[in-house]
Amino acid sequence: MASQEGNGSGIVMRAAGAAGGAARTPAVAVGPSKRTEVPIKKAGSGIEEKLHTWPFLVRSEFMMSIVIIIVLTIWSLMLNAPLEQPSNPTRTPNPSKAPWYFLGLQEMLVFFDPWYAGVVLPSFIIVGLMLIPYLDINPKGNGYFTLRERWFEIMSFFLGFHILWVSFIIIGTFFRGPGWNWFWPGQVWDPHLVEALTNVDLPYMMGIRDYTTAAIFGLVMIGGYFVVGYVVLYFWIRSRPAGDRWSAFPGGGPEILQKWGPVRFGITGFLLIAMAGVFIKMALRHALNIKYILVTPWINI
Amino acid sequence: MAKLDWNEIKRQITDSQAWQSMFRHGYEDTPRNRILMVSGNVWLHLHPSKVQKHTVRLRFTWCMGGITFLLFLVTVITGIYLMFYYRPTAEYAYADMKYLEFDMPFGMLMRNMHRWAAHGMVIAVWLHMFRVFMTGSYKPPREFNWVVGVILLVLTLLLSFTGYLLPWDQLSIWAVTVGSNMARATPLLGHGGPFHEVLGVNPVYDARAFIFGGAEIGPHTLLRFYILHCIFFPLLASLFMAVHFWRIRRDGMSGPL
Ligand code: HEM
Repeated sequence: MASQEGNGSGIVMRAAGAAGGAARTPAVAVGPSKRTEVPIKKAGSGIEEKLHTWPFLVRSEFMMSIVIIIVLTIWSLMLNAPLEQPSNPTRTPNPSKAPWYFLGLQEMLVFFDPWYAGVVLPSFIIVGLMLIPYLDINPKGNGYFTLRERWFEIMSFFLGFHILWVSFIIIGTFFRGPGWNWFWPGQVWDPHLVEALTNVDLPYMMGIRDYTTAAIFGLVMIGGYFVVGYVVLYFWIRSRPAGDRWSAFPGGGPEILQKWGPVRFGITGFLLIAMAGVFIKMALRHALNIKYILVTPWINI
Repeated sequence: MAKLDWNEIKRQITDSQAWQSMFRHGYEDTPRNRILMVSGNVWLHLHPSKVQKHTVRLRFTWCMGGITFLLFLVTVITGIYLMFYYRPTAEYAYADMKYLEFDMPFGMLMRNMHRWAAHGMVIAVWLHMFRVFMTGSYKPPREFNWVVGVILLVLTLLLSFTGYLLPWDQLSIWAVTVGSNMARATPLLGHGGPFHEVLGVNPVYDARAFIFGGAEIGPHTLLRFYILHCIFFPLLASLFMAVHFWRIRRDGMSGPL
């Protein structure tokens, strides 16, 4: 790990021009993309009272460890880890569920083909998570809880993490039975339940019957979706008035766009539009029984 | 009843011959000693010797990073116990689970603690990420530590997933089959994925076969997952945790200015 220049003393840290701390200097005027050495104070220095790690922090950690170990021991005494019949590759259980933390992705298989739900989407999630600190240039809300100053970021995270990830795990764990059909908790799992699959592809629904036209139609739909998504996002951000709760900067929308730059806008837009696409695909499936939007001999979306 | 005088009791204990034969001199609670307790101890030295008040509060960290780490340590210790009795071969793996349950002293307790701590770790690491997001602690200068954190999140899931196979029962092989089947659909690299013809992959030579160690889940998969679970991923996770903690120590905890 290359250490940052001059951080031995912890006084001088590099900071993107746009994102200084409280002690922001006129360096901000240099522009958003240029890295400058800005003397910023470490959090809490000087102002906040400091405590000795020993005994205060060590004591809290020690107490917390004891509580956790006790809870874990009692839990382990009362509830045994599952062990089913010996493995038998010739007997597939129905349903076969992945470990619970992957059930959100397994749930995505209802709406997308495995190459997208199981490979591309998880890659987007991991890369998207890693990029968050580089995409979010809102200098406020660093080191304390706030909803007001980070409305947009928190809402995006809420959609991705709580709705798409956590709630789908709950659905996959408790509401899915044989054939991956929906069963309410307590409802008898009927392995012979057959649900009519009446899904049709969007091009087919539109009366398109040959492959080439259908593929072009699908590409246009998806391309168009991204174009519309970008345009809407751009104008929505630009129209933020100063002091609006969605805008992180006093100058409102234009200032955000200018500080954000095209690269950050492009990547964030892509991730958000792709994420919204999951919702849209779900809605299309539920409302219109749409199976695929893009149909080609190689990939379907 | 006479009121208990704790200081008097403490003094009597520490003045006793037995105590004094063990501990030659006492600990004086001075600022200097408080700092030395931390800086002179290789483990506690992970901390700075002084911290801002807000970081000690449960309300700020939810303690979730620490709990994740604690649960990781629990799985390491219970895991070593399990390794003494478990053989990663298809003939023995399942029998050893039964053996552990019925014949080994504390075998079932160790297995339970290992499993529940692993599940707890997945939950804790998510809550930790959620907390770090909510306090905006990934903002400069801590961007990179967030990236290290995401790697740790992935490693936590992989640790849990590779361990899932080891009991070698119906639950484990089918859960792992479902999970790994995704690899079959990898574009280009999986034999069921789009554009698989381009590289000519097939069921015995594609991304899933790389994970399974063969065309299907079998004894080779068990050994592969065992090694990943017990050696490779723990080592990797420890390395990234070292970086994670080092970074926290360098940058300090985030906080309101
Ligand atoms: C094995 C997994 C992990 C372990 C053991 C771990 C451990 C810790 C610990 C002990 C802290 C100190 C503060 C606290 O307890 O909250 C911390 C802070 C931090 N963690 Fe993690 N962590 C893990 C995973 C993650 C993940 C998944 C992320 C984000 C995606 C992350 C990002 C951070 C950041 C940015 C800080 C600094 C917080 C601040 O300065 O307020 N960590 N971590």
